[in-house]
Amino acid sequence: MADEAVFEFLHTEMVSYIHREVFKDEKDQCISKLEALGFRVGQSLIERFTKECSRFKDELDTMKFLCKDFWGLVYKKQIDNLRTNHQGVYVLQDNKFKFLVQMSTGKQYMESAPKYLAFPCGMIRGALSNLGVNCIVTAEVSAMPALRKADGDVPHIILFKPQMILPGMLLTDCRENIFCSPTHCFDVKAFWQ
Amino acid sequence: MSRQGNRAGDPRKVNGELFTLTYGALVAQLIKDYENDEQVNKQLDKMGYNMGVRLIEDFLARANTGRCNDFRETADVIAKVAFKMYLGLTPVVSNWSTTGDEFSLLLESNPLTEFVELPPGHANLNYSNLLCGALRGALEMVQMDVDVRFVQDILKGDNITEIRLKFIKRLEDAVPVGED
Repeated sequence: MADEAVFEFLHTEMVSYIHREVFKDEKDQCISKLEALGFRVGQSLIERFTKECSRFKDELDTMKFLCKDFWGLVYKKQIDNLRTNHQGVYVLQDNKFKFLVQMSTGKQYMESAPKYLAFPCGMIRGALSNLGVNCIVTAEVSAMPALRKADGDVPHIILFKPQMILPGMLLTDCRENIFCSPTHCFDVKAFWQ
Repeated sequence: MSRQGNRAGDPRKVNGELFTLTYGALVAQLIKDYENDEQVNKQLDKMGYNMGVRLIEDFLARANTGRCNDFRETADVIAKVAFKMYLGLTPVVSNWSTTGDEFSLLLESNPLTEFVELPPGHANLNYSNLLCGALRGALEMVQMDVDVRFVQDILKGDNITEIRLKFIKRLEDAVPVGED
């Protein structure tokens, strides 16, 4: 068992290393690289976590495992809200995401938030991929967690879309596509109305 | 359903596997990015240093250990308090030099290398070099210039992992440029 602080600093260093060592024309690849690292970690982790689990009934059951057990083991809390349109899109909402709670509020920091979400996104994708769900995971920050007011409005949403991978389509193609622009966000509100 | 219950445990601890695997992924990325092991070691040391600089603040705030009077006391605090707190293990302090400015930390197990096997051709790689950097960075913030390096590593076939710390000098507070 390692201490929380060590892991958080390690993650911070990893993000800063990837962004420091990159050449100018490869800026877009930073997020992909971090996502790929997360993918690898997620894949190995889920194998260990599900060692003694029975088979999942369906996709929703898999998602529930992800929100409760996986999130619990990795972030020491459960996902605050899980929503789905029953057509393969799931929205996981974490109101107090570990890698963001320490960050200051403000536009400047909001812009750098995607850097710190690529690794967790990759981890989700890696975990789901080993559970047989090929998907695309994107994240969106609607406000920094610290901005949260007493009434508990929606600070941080991770939105992800399991998408079938077609024969002949390389997994890497899929990965590059997701993070072609790190600031790209789905308009969640419009989506759910 | 035989799902494992909530194994949350101590809220300040992260899952050991998560930490080990994340570190492994990072080292693998470094090896991909750099041609030789020396550069990988250097990068790991640098990252460790940055972590150490921040960790010491966390350490002083939480550990409540007070001031160390000599290097022997520092060694004890590192092994018994810091390692225990951050990695959950207690290395043995030994091999003191006669002048008392150099000692070794002996680790029987190393959480960073739990699932690791070094492939051939990486004889110079210090896989856990992050630890050296972190120790150096943390000690520098409490005015100690210390040289930290790996002497033995279980990964390379040694019986034990040994980190050697050598006290170089006491750092004096430097006045920022332009201020008297």
